[in-house]
Amino acid sequence: MSKLPDGRYVDDAPFDPQASLQQLERADLDAPNWVLVWRKFRTHKLGLISGVFLLLCYLMLPFAGFIAPYGPNDRNGEHLYAPPQSINWFHDGSFKGPFVYPIVAEADLETFQWKFVPDTEDPRPIRFFCEGSEYKLAGLIKSDTHLFCAPDGATLFLWGSDRLGRDVFSRILYGAQLSLTVGLIGISVSFFLGILFGSIAGYFGGKIDWVINRVIEILRSLPELPLWLALSAAVPSNWSPVAVFFIISIILGILDWPGLARSVRAKFLSLREEEYVRAAEMMGASSGRVIRKHLLPNFMSHLIASATLSIPAMILGETALSFLGLGLRAPAVSWGVMLNDAQNLASIEIYPWTAIPMLPIIVVVLAFNFLGDGLRDSLDPYQQ
Amino acid sequence: MIMLRYAVYRFFTMLLTLLVVSVLIFVIINLPPGDYLSNQIAELQASGQSAGVAKAEFLRKEYALDRPMWQQYMIWMGFMPGPHGFSGLLQGNYGWSFEFDRPVSEIVGDTLWLTVVVNLAAILFVYAVALPLGVIAAARSRTWIDYTSAFVGYLGLATPNFLLALILFYYGHRYFNLPIGGLMDPAYEGLPMSWDKLKSILVHLIVPTFVIGTSGASAMMQRLRANMLDELGKPYVETAIAKGMAPSRMLTKYPLRVAFNPFVADIGNLLPSMVSGSVLVSVVLGLQTIGPTLLTALKTQDQFLSAFILMFVALLTLIGTMISDILLVMLDPRIRYEGRDA
Repeated sequence: MSKLPDGRYVDDAPFDPQASLQQLERADLDAPNWVLVWRKFRTHKLGLISGVFLLLCYLMLPFAGFIAPYGPNDRNGEHLYAPPQSINWFHDGSFKGPFVYPIVAEADLETFQWKFVPDTEDPRPIRFFCEGSEYKLAGLIKSDTHLFCAPDGATLFLWGSDRLGRDVFSRILYGAQLSLTVGLIGISVSFFLGILFGSIAGYFGGKIDWVINRVIEILRSLPELPLWLALSAAVPSNWSPVAVFFIISIILGILDWPGLARSVRAKFLSLREEEYVRAAEMMGASSGRVIRKHLLPNFMSHLIASATLSIPAMILGETALSFLGLGLRAPAVSWGVMLNDAQNLASIEIYPWTAIPMLPIIVVVLAFNFLGDGLRDSLDPYQQ
Repeated sequence: MIMLRYAVYRFFTMLLTLLVVSVLIFVIINLPPGDYLSNQIAELQASGQSAGVAKAEFLRKEYALDRPMWQQYMIWMGFMPGPHGFSGLLQGNYGWSFEFDRPVSEIVGDTLWLTVVVNLAAILFVYAVALPLGVIAAARSRTWIDYTSAFVGYLGLATPNFLLALILFYYGHRYFNLPIGGLMDPAYEGLPMSWDKLKSILVHLIVPTFVIGTSGASAMMQRLRANMLDELGKPYVETAIAKGMAPSRMLTKYPLRVAFNPFVADIGNLLPSMVSGSVLVSVVLGLQTIGPTLLTALKTQDQFLSAFILMFVALLTLIGTMISDILLVMLDPRIRYEGRDA
């Protein structure tokens, strides 16, 4: 820093008018791949929102018990098929904070149904951080504090109650734990098998390639659902719900890998002729190492995008199986198990809220689709 | 001539695939521990009914269930003489349903062609919807038409089929007076084909077709749109516009023909998922297709019945895939007729 005669301060370092521009470009070129991908992904608004939404959903899973006002199998015998209750803020024109009107069941002697009438004279405030039924936080820590629960002497069925008087809202939260993880476990199985067989077929070629290719073709030409049905019918009915859950997600994964294996194989066929692969082989790298260190990283991101796009199929698959009574069974709670109750026209007509679990299914499936689309579009950062 | 040779080649690969599939199905069916007859025998012995036990034992012998697994398979397929000489699938004997106590062919009988009808209708629906919508969405890309069709398409992909079925049934009945359940008016059941019966079947087909076809149609529409967009950017399109061709004629004459290819090739992917969908939807809607029968058969371990239905479903998809492959070769002169050893 030196002072000029007219009193200004000037930096002594030589000035290069191009430097700042170059630096920017340099940084861009040197940036790791994920930074570039992230930069492009950020512009994909729908994908970004979906990603954040899904992240929140999965983060919510361990705390489902805390957020839900009731336990998944808490029955309320007085309120079977109670309609959704609304949370109100104003009573008689004055602000009272969140409260509900207690509902009372009355027999309708014309239709012979229970009618639930809210008592609008008696506002009861919702309690927060209150004690309720016991649950395990993240499956480990026992606790009985809930984010909010029903007022004393009243009920809080945000989305109504079902056939046995269980809270639909709480059950949806608990159901998410199984419904959302089925896709993840299934996709891990399918990912593992797909990469294994795809890379073996693509890298070694020849007879192995032929055999694996035929297997892929056969599995792809079979209708999935009847196979799912047949395989899940093979699950012994005396297994515990958790075991059934794992086996169902593995079944979903086992039938899903051929699509992935096909794309892995196609990539390998073109990549294995590259010079760097030959160089690695010349230097004595084993085939396993070439596949893992030199070939797979090339298109791992593509694989992740396509995996994201096939999770919805698994979630829908679990729902369909449970719906038909061949997937998860009560007392396990999943969205498909819940929809089992909404199986007939009568419940759609009289108790439409029992079909509410379809909303989270649609939203989550859409979110996975948008996220996958966004990822796929932004994975090639050098392409405009 | 080369065409014919390809068709024959494709037919034989299909037969071979079917053979492998039959093994696969047989193994899957026999995965659950125990089988219908041994369950029944155990139950009967527990309640002390010896007459029933004798009958079950007789059936066991009769259907060679007391032999090793591989022999059971060979007899079932008709590769090997069973207790009554060659009588398996190949000879047209589909086996015996223990649950219904009738031959399998009698139980499935009518439902087989109804299954084919439902699936054909759904495929026609997919094409009738996806073709115009995909082309319009591409030609008017980034307008409200494009966005609306994309939105509806995404919803179609994301909604579980069976729920869509229930909801459509309910509202279809309420507002359009569409019939609920079944594939025809109960009055026509068992009657020979007549004009009224056909009409009744067609009206009953509306909702199932829509439900089974929606997800396939939206997937296909998106693919057609993407292909069309690729083609629309090419110089020959510009030339055609510069020549002063009418837009609709230009669209159908050049880019559509190129973009059409994957459309046909996709049947192979579409068909399995449609058949799956139709099984599920049939269970929910109580259609007289093989779906509900399959479910009961699987739940009660009625092995011959479920194995036959699975075989039939697989055959249906394999034939569909074969037809799509042959069509593709006929439509596109660039595709080579020989096997794919590239």
